[in-house]
Amino acid sequence: MGLLSFFSKSRSRLMRLPSGSFTLDREGRVMTSTLPQSFPESQMCAIGEKVLASFRAAQRAQMPLSEIIVHYAALKLLARELRGGAIIFLVPQAFNQNLKRSPTNSRHL
Amino acid sequence: MSAQPKILLLDDDQDFLDLYREMLSKHLSSLPEVRTASSGPRALALLESETFTLMIVDLHMPKMDGLQVLSIARRKYPQLRLVVLTSIRDEQFRARAYGMGVDQYWIKPESDQEMGLFMESIESLLNREAQGGFRGVQSKSLVDIIQLECLSQSSSVLKITNGVVEGKIWIQNGEVIHAEAPECSAEPAFQRILSWKAGNFETMPAEPNRERTIFTSYQGLLLNTAQALDEAASQILPIESTGNGSPANAATLLAELSQLNGVEFVLAVGSGENPSQDFWGLENPKPMSDWMRETLENFQSLGDRLQAGQLQQVVGTGPQRKVALAPCAKSRLCVGFPPTLSAEQLRDTMKSILTKWVS
Repeated sequence: MGLLSFFSKSRSRLMRLPSGSFTLDREGRVMTSTLPQSFPESQMCAIGEKVLASFRAAQRAQMPLSEIIVHYAALKLLARELRGGAIIFLVPQAFNQNLKRSPTNSRHL
Repeated sequence: MSAQPKILLLDDDQDFLDLYREMLSKHLSSLPEVRTASSGPRALALLESETFTLMIVDLHMPKMDGLQVLSIARRKYPQLRLVVLTSIRDEQFRARAYGMGVDQYWIKPESDQEMGLFMESIESLLNREAQGGFRGVQSKSLVDIIQLECLSQSSSVLKITNGVVEGKIWIQNGEVIHAEAPECSAEPAFQRILSWKAGNFETMPAEPNRERTIFTSYQGLLLNTAQALDEAASQILPIESTGNGSPANAATLLAELSQLNGVEFVLAVGSGENPSQDFWGLENPKPMSDWMRETLENFQSLGDRLQAGQLQQVVGTGPQRKVALAPCAKSRLCVGFPPTLSAEQLRDTMKSILTKWVS
């Protein structure tokens, strides 16, 4: 098998949108994560940076927020503020299921 | 548009490219010119130098994957038809591809029957383009298009998409016989659709069995609609506005939106260097406007990076209120709600607001 894999073409893996959560401290450093290891930490930091920036911008606008939910066509991102940091949940959305939730899911997200 | 359509085929497998180039160029009745590219950067370079009607993209490729190519192609070439042809049977990738605006997502055919269906769908996409679909045509108003259809005694169904809303107008032998828009049908739906300022058009096959609900001639319909729109525009309410927008229309609309369930304030900011800013229920809109701009830009760029598809909505919850942000047509909307409003109520109200706004 090792010999066969030598001849196979090397292909980059398509990055799946992950399902899970991670936490950030107030500096934007990843503290804990339940996301698959294949999901790069640089992406988590990029998400965290935007989320923390939005919480801070809301504070500046004198409208403190404790939760932000971002709906993309294929992903839902839920962020809760945690003493300057945040816990962020990522939930990939199935086709045609965007913005629609079952009652059981809506209790959590 | 040139008479002969052009297809760009992107896959890292040379055998696949050779096979499909042969099939597409010889077995489609429109006899398209088929060009091939074995990598994303090569495909983007070809798109830069030539005009294509349609691009067929594999998802799994080295260096630059298909989703990255689709994301760039959709942004730079909105007229280009995009088809994914892949062996990945994964609902998430299907959802993301459609979220990026592809026209079709196909699993690589494994039988003659599947191949036949694939070829038919490609032919259909090319024909729709060759027959001059209205997609992206900015210089024609909806009135022009309806007049053209009626004067040529056509029978067709016009599907009009305006942001998140969709309407249809049925034309039979040059007469408008039926129309449907969100929450209304027949003549009110026709008027609603004609009030839309921009959008995409598709001419679909006629439905001769559609029941007739509109009996006014198309000239009469257009006249009635123009009159109704004029009357609506003249009913201006005292809503505040800054910048170079259209305060009359925005004022009427904001007053209407403020009546919806739970709405505490509405802020609409246009695009451009000196965007118009219309608001209702806010004393000082600037901090809110700055937060909206920064947040939507942040999350739009994050969506591009994650290839998560179009940003639809951002909802923030705080002790004082809930706030929903949405990019909408050429504007950005920020709507305030009480913190007690449920997620379902907020979602329904935002849906109504977006529908009315793009109208």
